[in-house]
Amino acid sequence: MKNLRAIPLWPAVRHLLLITGAVVLLAPFIWMVSTASKPPEEVFSSELHLIPHHFALWDNLKVAFAKANLWRFLLNGVIVTVSIFVLQVLIALPAAYALAKLRFLGRDTLFALVLFGILIPPQATAIPVFLLLHKLGLLDSYAALVLPFTISVFGIFLMRQFFKSVPDDLVDAARMDGISEFGIVWRVMLPAAIPAVTAFGIFSVVAHWNDYFWPLIVLNSEQLRTPPLAVAHFRNNEAGTNYGPLMAAAMVIIAPLLIAFLLAQRRFIEGITLTGIK
Amino acid sequence: MAKIELSAVRKSFDGTEILKGVDLRIEDGEFISLVGPSGCGKSTLLRVIAGLEPQSAGEVRIDGVAADGIRPSARNLAMVFQSYALYPHLSAFDNIAVPLRMRRLSAIERLPLVGALLPSRRRKERGIREDVAGVAEQLEIAHLLGRKPAQLSGGQRQRIAVGRAIVRQPVAFLFDEPLSNLDAKLRVHMRAELAQLHRRLNTTFVYVTHDQAEAMTMSSRIAVMIGGELVQVGTPADIYDNPRDIRVAEFVGSPKINILPGRIRDDGRIEALGFALRLTSATAPGPCRIGVRPERIELGSGPFSGHVVHAENMGSEAFVHLGVNGSDARLVARIDDPRRLPPIATQVSFGFATDAVRAFDPEGKRIEVEIEHAERVRERAIV
Repeated sequence: MKNLRAIPLWPAVRHLLLITGAVVLLAPFIWMVSTASKPPEEVFSSELHLIPHHFALWDNLKVAFAKANLWRFLLNGVIVTVSIFVLQVLIALPAAYALAKLRFLGRDTLFALVLFGILIPPQATAIPVFLLLHKLGLLDSYAALVLPFTISVFGIFLMRQFFKSVPDDLVDAARMDGISEFGIVWRVMLPAAIPAVTAFGIFSVVAHWNDYFWPLIVLNSEQLRTPPLAVAHFRNNEAGTNYGPLMAAAMVIIAPLLIAFLLAQRRFIEGITLTGIK
Repeated sequence: MAKIELSAVRKSFDGTEILKGVDLRIEDGEFISLVGPSGCGKSTLLRVIAGLEPQSAGEVRIDGVAADGIRPSARNLAMVFQSYALYPHLSAFDNIAVPLRMRRLSAIERLPLVGALLPSRRRKERGIREDVAGVAEQLEIAHLLGRKPAQLSGGQRQRIAVGRAIVRQPVAFLFDEPLSNLDAKLRVHMRAELAQLHRRLNTTFVYVTHDQAEAMTMSSRIAVMIGGELVQVGTPADIYDNPRDIRVAEFVGSPKINILPGRIRDDGRIEALGFALRLTSATAPGPCRIGVRPERIELGSGPFSGHVVHAENMGSEAFVHLGVNGSDARLVARIDDPRRLPPIATQVSFGFATDAVRAFDPEGKRIEVEIEHAERVRERAIV
């Protein structure tokens, strides 16, 4: 009898835990949507309610788009994240192929260095990189936003692990067929590694779309601002922060990521679990 | 079509020597099998011929030209892999077309979008399509060309892999255990097909396998490799009947050859299990080993006796496992008629003709023996 009672209890506990976690994670989002939909009086009112009495989302969006050039900032975000991702793939795939499939002196040492590189937080190298960009005269440009991230050690590591699982015979067959080593990377390894590249792409795009720290340091010009900087622009210490339009702008800038994730969800999970390889 | 000459080829990985000086002359149009137990270096040797692995020392000549430093694709050899190694993202048609595209199209013509617009690319693609269709017809795979490798069975993938090898009309084919991943029935079928393919193409085939049955049934010559060395090269019949080394004798033939303890007496006579055979040897007296194939053991008469430990009825033939009285030796005898299978645990006497004996010294090298001529007739009569 005890067993019979234990069966419904455990799923109940499990669900309770998961629901609590979900609420904690979703609460800020819900609060964002709620605030974005409220007129200023309601935002600053002392009573707590999620559903606005006057639905003001449209007005807040209008204010947000009027106050800042949001389209330009979104475009900046796309230019920066796509450039970073393309360059990362261009560099990580050949490097990962060499580390996974070629035999050369010092390969293991190089791979150890790659692993070591993962441990270094980007903030630790921020000042030297900033100074380097300053010497090159590249501060306050797209290049300053893109160049420091073109070599992704995480990407090299992820792709190398994936390439390890590609059979050697396939590489040898490509060599027999007359495909060059670089050709093997793009014609044989890349198509085989699409799930891993997708997963890496999501990591990379999310990280750099949401990056606040680095753009804040290297940018001065308003027209180069990335989406998170655009949201921060709505904060104003002197005139008081206008929360409704700020939250509406925040909704606009996370929308592309959410939509992209929903579209690529299946691939994303595939890539993370690295199933469906063969 | 090409002859391939290997002289003193050595290969070591991290200090361990995999190939210990291999000399081999593969004739033009020959079907030669490299057989040996796993880890003997046969696949490494094939990869050295293909150019996928540079040899540490020695020379590979293809059609009289030293192949060192020549890229694998430029050697114009085709290879079929155990795992088939088809490109998983390409259809069967594209898989077969890859070597042709790599050879016939220029780098610009191969570019994904721009290339397709060039008129020269379209012209060459037409030629490639014709060639692939021709090969597909030969191998009866025309209906599979649109499918991806994942949608094909093992045997079908095998054919696509062979198609990819044939289409470029190489000077020689290299096979690396191509049938190991197939089930037993299909393997026997593909064996016959590969042999037919060789007859039709009349090109040099180098075939690596650990399955001695594949080597015996398909090849014109077999090269037995053990421990990184070529131990014996010869026709299948020669390898089977005349092994130069006990390792060759034990590797070729299924069930394995029976090895009995023996001795060369001071007068040169050879004895097995303490019984003197009508054989003499000029080798120095001392212990030796006597090999007799299962089909040459004759049950029912003879000087030896044993008890039946186990019997295997295969339907068309049967194998009797015998424990030999007064020795811990075990042996296997083949009988053609399973109805004559002796019951388990019964005593049987057995013998073998003197010409069935292959004697080996303690190091495993073959010992030449003389049959005592006068006695030979009588011995036959007993049997």
